[in-house]
Amino acid sequence: MTIVDPKTERPDQADLDKAAGRPEDADQWTAKIRNTAVEALPPQKLLPDRQPAYVASWIYVFGVTTIAALVVVIGTGLVLSIFGPNWWHVSSTGLFVNSLHLWSVEIFMFAMVVHLWGKFFMAAWRGKRKATWITGVVSFLVSVGAAFTGYLSQQNFDSQWISTQAKDGINSTGAGAIFNVTNFGQMIMWHIVLLPLCIVAIVGIHVLMVRLRGVVTPFPAKGETPGGDAEAGATSGAEVQA
Amino acid sequence: MSSAAIVLGTLFGSLIDLNKPGNYIHWGFIQMSYGNLLVILLMVIVFFAAILIPFRSHKGGER
Repeated sequence: MTIVDPKTERPDQADLDKAAGRPEDADQWTAKIRNTAVEALPPQKLLPDRQPAYVASWIYVFGVTTIAALVVVIGTGLVLSIFGPNWWHVSSTGLFVNSLHLWSVEIFMFAMVVHLWGKFFMAAWRGKRKATWITGVVSFLVSVGAAFTGYLSQQNFDSQWISTQAKDGINSTGAGAIFNVTNFGQMIMWHIVLLPLCIVAIVGIHVLMVRLRGVVTPFPAKGETPGGDAEAGATSGAEVQA
Repeated sequence: MSSAAIVLGTLFGSLIDLNKPGNYIHWGFIQMSYGNLLVILLMVIVFFAAILIPFRSHKGGER
C-alpha cells in the first residue's frame, strides 16, 4: 500500500484513511454526486480522443461548428455590453465587434440548422437518445428567441420597425401581457441575461447527453440485421477511428 | 477605406445589395426576401456537400 504520494511526497489522505480503517464516507451528498458523475462520465468519456469510424464525415462537423460560433457570439456580446450602443453604432471598432456578433450568430444559426437536418435524417433520437434530441430542439427554439430579442436590442430604426411589426403577432397570442416587444429594457435583459443563460445551460446538457449516450449509429445497411447500438440502447459505438 | 475592402465590398455588393429595400418573392401565401432564400439554398448546398465530400481522417483517409 502506498502511503506517500510520490509526486507530492506527502501522505495520501485516502490511503491513510484506509490504513486507519476509515473508509470514504459514501453517504455524504458530495461523495454521492461525485461518484455518480465520475461513474457516468469518466474523464476519458467526457473528453475522448477516439470516435466511432462512422463519425468520419463532414456532416458531424456542424455540431461543434455551432458551439464554436456560440463561443464567439458570447465573447463579442460581452464586449458589446461593456461599451454600449453609442460605441457599437459609432466607433469603427464598435462597428467591427457589432458585425462580429451579427455574423457569428448567422454562422451559429446556419450550422445549427444543417446539424439539425443531419440528425433528423439519422433519426438521432434512437437508442435512448430522446433527451439529446429534445435538448437540441429546445436550444434551437430558445436561440430563435435570443436572435429575435437581439434584433430588438439594436437601438436603431431597424429594431423599431421589427418591434412594431412583431407586437401584433405576439399580442395575438396573449403573450404580449408579459412579453412586451416594444419595451427595450425588458428585451435587452432577455437578450443579454435570461436567454444566454438558458442557451448555455441547455447546450451544456445537450453536449453531456451526447457524451453520455454516444453518437447515434448509422442505420443498418440493406440485408444487415438490425440490432446495433441504436436499437439496443448501448452507450457508444466501437471506438476505432483515430 | 482600403482598396481591398472596396474590391470585396463591390464583389459581394454585386451579389446582394443590402443597402436598399429588399426584393421579395411571392409564392402564394409564402413571402420571402431573396437574402433569406439565398441563405436557405446555401444551407441545402452545404448539407449535401457535407454528405458527399469524403472526410479525411488523421490517418490520411484510412478507416
